[in-house]
Amino acid sequence: MPVTPDDVRRIAKLARIAEPADRIDALTGELNGILKWVELLDEVDVSDVEPMTTAVQTPLPLRNDAVTDGGVREAILKNAPKAEEGFFVVPKSVE
Amino acid sequence: MTEFSALTLHEAVEGLRAKKFSAVELAHATVAAAEAAQGPLNCFTSIDGGRAIEMARASDARLARGEGGALEGAPVAIKDLFAVKGVETTASSNILKGFRPEYESTVTQKLWDAGAVYFAKTAMDEFAMGSSNETAATGPVVNPWRAKGSAARLTPGGSSGGSAAALAAGISYGATGTDTGGSIRQPAAFAGLVGVKPTYGRCSRWGVVAFASSLDHPGPFAKTVKDAALLTQVMSGHDPKDSTSLAGPVPDFAAAADRPIKGLRIGIPKEYRVDGMPGEIETLWREGAEWLKAQGAEIVDISLPMTQYALPAYYIIAPAEASSNLARYDGMRFGARVEGADLTETYEKTRAAGFGKEVQRRILIGTYVLSAGYYDAYYLKALKVRRRIYEDFTAAFEKVDAILTPATPSAAFEIGSKAKADPIEMYLNDIFTVTANIAGIPAMSVPAGLDKDGLPLGLQVIAPALDEETMFAVAGALERAAGFTARAEKWW
Repeated sequence: MPVTPDDVRRIAKLARIAEPADRIDALTGELNGILKWVELLDEVDVSDVEPMTTAVQTPLPLRNDAVTDGGVREAILKNAPKAEEGFFVVPKSVE
Repeated sequence: MTEFSALTLHEAVEGLRAKKFSAVELAHATVAAAEAAQGPLNCFTSIDGGRAIEMARASDARLARGEGGALEGAPVAIKDLFAVKGVETTASSNILKGFRPEYESTVTQKLWDAGAVYFAKTAMDEFAMGSSNETAATGPVVNPWRAKGSAARLTPGGSSGGSAAALAAGISYGATGTDTGGSIRQPAAFAGLVGVKPTYGRCSRWGVVAFASSLDHPGPFAKTVKDAALLTQVMSGHDPKDSTSLAGPVPDFAAAADRPIKGLRIGIPKEYRVDGMPGEIETLWREGAEWLKAQGAEIVDISLPMTQYALPAYYIIAPAEASSNLARYDGMRFGARVEGADLTETYEKTRAAGFGKEVQRRILIGTYVLSAGYYDAYYLKALKVRRRIYEDFTAAFEKVDAILTPATPSAAFEIGSKAKADPIEMYLNDIFTVTANIAGIPAMSVPAGLDKDGLPLGLQVIAPALDEETMFAVAGALERAAGFTARAEKWW
């Protein structure tokens, strides 16, 4: 099922990218091209195949639940687009 | 006077140890060469002569005391995806403009601990998404190599194109890259260099800007196999800060590069051929097999039937992971922000302005394949195909010790030549390299010859997980037989 321009608008919304109004048609075509191409995977028999999420099988490491870092507020805020009095300043998000 | 640009990493390190020249002299020459090349090649995002000299002085002091690490005093260029404390780290994206990390990536820390000298960040495709360095916010990088009798500007490949161009121009003695689908091996092949993607988890991803976490592999570029092995060795090792980092000791990779290959079985997979691939590449591949045979290896025809599905699976998995990883760029805690009427509009405007076209395209694809109703059909399916590809290799490695393939389906192409083509044409550049990312197994490209236009071509060696030593041994054998000594003729 090909994606429509409305689908592209919906995906852009989900991805929090302002609607690229002048590129919607081009993007629709490009996305459909890529999705059509990946349909090639339908040829592969994957019944009874477990999805693979990691290449080298190693157990997830555990570590002590101890503080190993921190107390670096200034360093963390240094790259903030806006910071005041030790806090990030962000647009109002709760009415 | 020593011709610094011609030195290999081993020669530079030995020259420093023998006090033939000082680290400060080498740093001065490197910074001067970098500054002179930046205009024509556009391969750096920033150059820091002050830091280079400061680090070189410290190296000279250590060398004077008879101390010093494996790379003591050697300048190494760093892809702009690695956090270097206090140095702008942008992933060649506008959204990270001005971002100066307050921390150091594990891989670069290991390089400095071994005595390497920082001097510059190298340009790349934005967020490592590209095969030609044309998606960089700072504009395309130019390959020092040119076709015979032509002044056309060629791409050094991508995404680690700046690292490849800098090293091919003789500016550095090693460089870091990251390889998610071929982003070290393809530029290495295009620039006549050795490029290594180790086993997944060998080199820590901590402090490396994430693209597709299950496919991202840091690794080095070098002029020789032995240099590449040494850099891989220094960059590898367990890191508790990366939960996917491999535990266990790092073998002596540099020693493996000299290991004889007598008795090794080398697989030639019949699927590594594509329509339109120049005959020269096919010939070079056959020649490569002959070189290995002449050194005592046994050549075995093998089949990797899932090969053709690797790239489509990649273009589901990589964008899916990217769309998730790149969600962090929201203009709140770091990077650029474009103010909107409310929070959502601020996010949307920030991301629309900060991400380039290719990055946006991949985020959209990734968001789509992960969205409700499509997750199973695309993403889960791709992860299952991923296992089938992995099983292909597992079966092959029961019969062979390593696999030999071409590195790329073409030599370096002209900047802009694929601008009008659909995105898939660019994606096809990674057709021979992407399989090793999908499977997480080590692979490297080795310069093996020149095409009719005088441009470098590379061969790829693929080995089983954790067996970089066999890979370096085979690569060393190819290098000895190929006798590849060509360098880009200086025009910049």
